[in-house]
Amino acid sequence: MTCKEAFQEISKYYDGELTNDEKRVLKEHLGRCGHCQIVFDTTRKTIELYCEGELFPMPEVVRSRLHQALRRKFEQKAT
Amino acid sequence: MSSAAAERLNLELAVPGSRRVAAGLNPMDLQQQTLERPESALIAEAKAGNSGAFEELVNRYERKIYRLGLRLMGNPQDAEDVLQESFLKAYEHLPEFREDSRFYTWLVRIAVNEGLMKLRKQRSDKSEPLEDAVDDDGQLMPREFRDWRPNPEQLLGQEQMQALLLNAANTLPAGLRTVFFLRDVEELSTEETAEALGLTAGAVKARLFRARMRLREQLAQVLKRA
Repeated sequence: MTCKEAFQEISKYYDGELTNDEKRVLKEHLGRCGHCQIVFDTTRKTIELYCEGELFPMPEVVRSRLHQALRRKFEQKAT
Repeated sequence: MSSAAAERLNLELAVPGSRRVAAGLNPMDLQQQTLERPESALIAEAKAGNSGAFEELVNRYERKIYRLGLRLMGNPQDAEDVLQESFLKAYEHLPEFREDSRFYTWLVRIAVNEGLMKLRKQRSDKSEPLEDAVDDDGQLMPREFRDWRPNPEQLLGQEQMQALLLNAANTLPAGLRTVFFLRDVEELSTEETAEALGLTAGAVKARLFRARMRLREQLAQVLKRA
């Protein structure tokens, strides 16, 4: 497996699309290639960072304005 | 990445931490949700005109939709606009929700449409492509091979980290980052993402690969300087 092929396989790995044989080949390549191992680890880390909900909190005032807008909409519909 | 895929990943390569924890979902929230009224009942009541039931649905998903808007738009003001417009539109169009998909997926579709429409308006006079650009393969080849240690979260404060992540995402065309957020953050399936964006499953996979590679590279470059 070349490094270029490994990058594609890493993405497929995170999609759960590799067969056991393909995973074994990828793991063997990662074991031999420090660069690809880092791409593997930091791709996972990239996904994890964007999933970190606490980094993107919704301010209370935003929530409050949303509910005010909704209530105006409910009232419009009722009249 | 699906939850099942994440589970496999944890089992096989001992990936630290669970995506659910990483996503900031509190087990108490899940427990509370199970004690709350089922979503289908709330949808039925909301369709029958019970605005309280609709507000309860809003309470369940407002934070997630706000986060999606913030990641997609890159700034809090536009994220708030997307949040409001999405729920107002969802309320208006609720009778058309056929319940053949998850309510959350339906909401995400509305929010993404709102966001992309807004981005199109903002960028109509700029040359920056909103849709997927044809990528030169060279752009996808990683150039940064330094390990991210210490963890970026330990290195930077919350606000700095948020700004860094949003700026990095903004360097990608909206068509690429939307696929990344829907698949890897919101955990929509390839098919759900394809349906939401009017793409084929193959196009979703190809964009996801490009988005991951480019975001990783972008973050690696920025973290090197941080």
